[in-house]
Amino acid sequence: MAVQMLVLNNMERVQPEMTLQLTVPERTVSLSAEDVKVDVQNVNVYYGNFKALAEINLPIRKNKITAIIGPSGCGKSTLLRSFNRMSDLTPGCRVEGIITLDGENIYEKGVDAVDIRRRVGMVFQRPNPFPKSIYENIAFGPKLLGVRKKSDLDAIVENSLRGAALWDEVKDKLNQSGYSISGGQQQRLCIARALAVEPEVVLMDEPASALDPISTLKIEELMHELTKDYTIIIVTHNMQQAARVSDFTAMMMIDENRSGRMIEYDRTNTIFMNPKDKRTEQYVTGRFG
Amino acid sequence: MKDTTGLDMKTINNLPGRHRVGKIWRGGFFLSTILGVFFLVILLFKIVNDSFGYIVTEYGLSPNALAVNGVPVWDLPKQDLILFLQENVSPGRFKTLMKAQPLEQRSQKEINAIIIQEIVKPKVAQTWSLTESLFQKQEIEAIARENYPDGELSFKAWVNWDFITSPQSSDPLYAGIRTAILGSLLLLVVAITFSLPIGLGAAIYLEEFATDNWLNRLIKTNINNLAGVPSIIYGILGLAIFVRLWEPITSGAFLGGVNVATLNGRTILSGGLTLGLLILPVIIINSQEALRSVPYTIREASYGVGATKWQTIWNHVLPNSIPGIMTGAILAFSRAFGETAPLVVIGASTYIVYDPGSVFSKFTALPIQIYQWTSRPQDEFRNLAAASIIVLLVLLLGMNALAIFLRNRYRRSY
Repeated sequence: MAVQMLVLNNMERVQPEMTLQLTVPERTVSLSAEDVKVDVQNVNVYYGNFKALAEINLPIRKNKITAIIGPSGCGKSTLLRSFNRMSDLTPGCRVEGIITLDGENIYEKGVDAVDIRRRVGMVFQRPNPFPKSIYENIAFGPKLLGVRKKSDLDAIVENSLRGAALWDEVKDKLNQSGYSISGGQQQRLCIARALAVEPEVVLMDEPASALDPISTLKIEELMHELTKDYTIIIVTHNMQQAARVSDFTAMMMIDENRSGRMIEYDRTNTIFMNPKDKRTEQYVTGRFG
Repeated sequence: MKDTTGLDMKTINNLPGRHRVGKIWRGGFFLSTILGVFFLVILLFKIVNDSFGYIVTEYGLSPNALAVNGVPVWDLPKQDLILFLQENVSPGRFKTLMKAQPLEQRSQKEINAIIIQEIVKPKVAQTWSLTESLFQKQEIEAIARENYPDGELSFKAWVNWDFITSPQSSDPLYAGIRTAILGSLLLLVVAITFSLPIGLGAAIYLEEFATDNWLNRLIKTNINNLAGVPSIIYGILGLAIFVRLWEPITSGAFLGGVNVATLNGRTILSGGLTLGLLILPVIIINSQEALRSVPYTIREASYGVGATKWQTIWNHVLPNSIPGIMTGAILAFSRAFGETAPLVVIGASTYIVYDPGSVFSKFTALPIQIYQWTSRPQDEFRNLAAASIIVLLVLLLGMNALAIFLRNRYRRSY
C-alpha cells in the first residue's frame, strides 16, 4: 500500500521530457566482497552482430532477492540467462565480460556450463514439468548426478517438496503426472525440482506471470522462505511484485542502439521511493513500459 | 468516424453473396471426398469380386471311381493308400514324393491330398466372379451342365487358409502365397534392421547436434529430395551395389557357402537393403519431425537442473518423440512392404516353391507374386492375384492401424 501511495505522489513530480543520454550507473550500494554471490562486470551480450546488452554491472548479494525490472525487450531475460550460461544454448548468442560466482568467472575457459547450471538453478515463465510423475520430476536432477539409492531419492524428493511448500499438497499423489496438478502447484513443483540438486542461486524468469493472484502470493511467500538458503534473482514485469518481494532492484532500459543497459541499481526502497534516474521514476510510477 | 469515401457499408455488404461463395467451395470439397471414396470402393469391389465365386472343376479320373477291390479309396487304411499311390504314379514321381517326406510319416489327410493331386488331377475349367455367382446362378449351372458334363460346380473362396499356407505352384488350385509372405516378411526384417538404427541416428545427429551451416543445410535438403526419388532408381542402385558389387557378401559366399557357383547376389539381403535404402530418407525426415516436436521448454527444464546434452536427449527428447518416430517408421515400413519395382529390378524370382531359409536365399515377395499372376493369361490366376491383394491389403492395414494406435496411445499433452 505504501508503495502505491508513493506512486501517486511521484506522478505529480515527473517531468514530461525525458533525456536519452545513458550512463553506466555507479555502484550505489556499497558491498563488502564476501557479501557478493554473483558479480556481473562490464558484460556485453550479442545475438550475432546485434548487441543486446551493453556494459552491464551488477553485484548480486548473497541470500537476498534481487529483482530485475524494465520495459519489454530491454534484455532482462537475456541477462538472467547469462547467469547460468543458459545463453550458450541460444544459437548465435555470445557473452563478453565477466560474471563471477563466488569470485570465480563462470565464462572462464575450462568452466563446465553443465556444472554452472547445477549450481545456478532456474525457474521459467511458464510451469514446465517433465511429462513424468511428480516424484520423477524431482528425482531426475539427483539421478543425473548419480544418486541411485531409493531411500536417498525419497528423502531428496520430500525435502525439495517441503522446501517448495508443496509437500502437504502432493504427498499422496507422488506417482501422478506432473501435469495433473494446478498451474501454481506446477510452478512450485518446478521450484522443488530446481532445489533438488542443491543450487546456490535460483533464477526466476517471471515465475508468476502465468498464475492467478493466490498462486502468485504463495510463490512470493515461498521466495522469502528460500532466501534463508539461496540467493534469488527474479525478472518481473510486475512492479508491485518487485516492490513486495525484492531486497534490491535493478532497472534496465534500451538505449538509442536498442541495446539493453542498466540505468539504476539500488535497494528496492530507494528505487521505488527515491530513484535517482528520472526514467526509473517514470517507469515505476507507470508512466511508460 | 466520418465517412469520406461516399461508400455505404450497409448497402455494399453483400452477405448472401459471401455465404454463397462459401457454400460453393464446400460443395466442391464434398465432391472431391465423394469421388475419392467412390474410387476406393470400386477398387475394393473389384478385388473382392475376383476373390470369390463359382468354379467348375474337371477331373482326370473321377474321384468317386477310384476303388481297390470295390472299396472306395477314401475308406482305405494308410498303408493301402500308399500302395495304391505307388501303383498309380510313375516310379520316378513316387521317389520324389518319398524324398520330400516319407509317406509313412504323413497323415491320412495329406496322403488323400496327394492322391487327388497326382491321380485325380482336378483342373479348373472355368471361373465366375462373385457378382455373377450371386445373381446369375441359374445360367452358371446351365453352362456347367452343358459344357462340362463330368465337371463339378462349387463355390470357391480363393483367399483361404490353404492359400495362405501353401507354397507357390503352377497349378492354380494348389498355388499359395506362403513363400511370398515369408519372403516379404524377411525382406521387411532386413529393411528395418538396416534403416531404423541408421535413420534414427542420422535424424538425432541432424536435429540435435549438427550446427546450422551450409553443409548441413545441403545434407538436409538432399535428404528431402531423396525421399522423392522414384523407387525404380533405388532398384537400379541396389542392383549395381548390393547385387553386383557386394555379391560376395549378399550371396553369402563369404561364409564359405557350399556350391559357390550357383550363388548370386539376388538374395533377400540385397532386396532388404535396397528397400531399407528406399525408406531411409522417409525415416530420417519423420524422425526429425518427431524430435523437433518435443517442446523447447522440456529441454530447457532439463538443462536447467544440470543435465548434459546427451542426458537431455536420452531422458526427455527421445522418450517424448518415440511415438512420433514409431508412427513414421511403421508407415515407411508399410511402404517398403508394398514396393514392387525395385525388387523386379534387382531380380526377385517370380516362381519359388521353397521357403526362404535365410537372408541369403532367393526370394519372391507378395507384390512380385501379384504382379506375376496378373500377367498370366488364364482367368484362375487373376483370381489368385485378387486373393493375394486381399492378403497384402490386410497386412498393410494392420500395420497402419498399429501406427495409428501408437500415435493415439502415447499422445502427449504438454
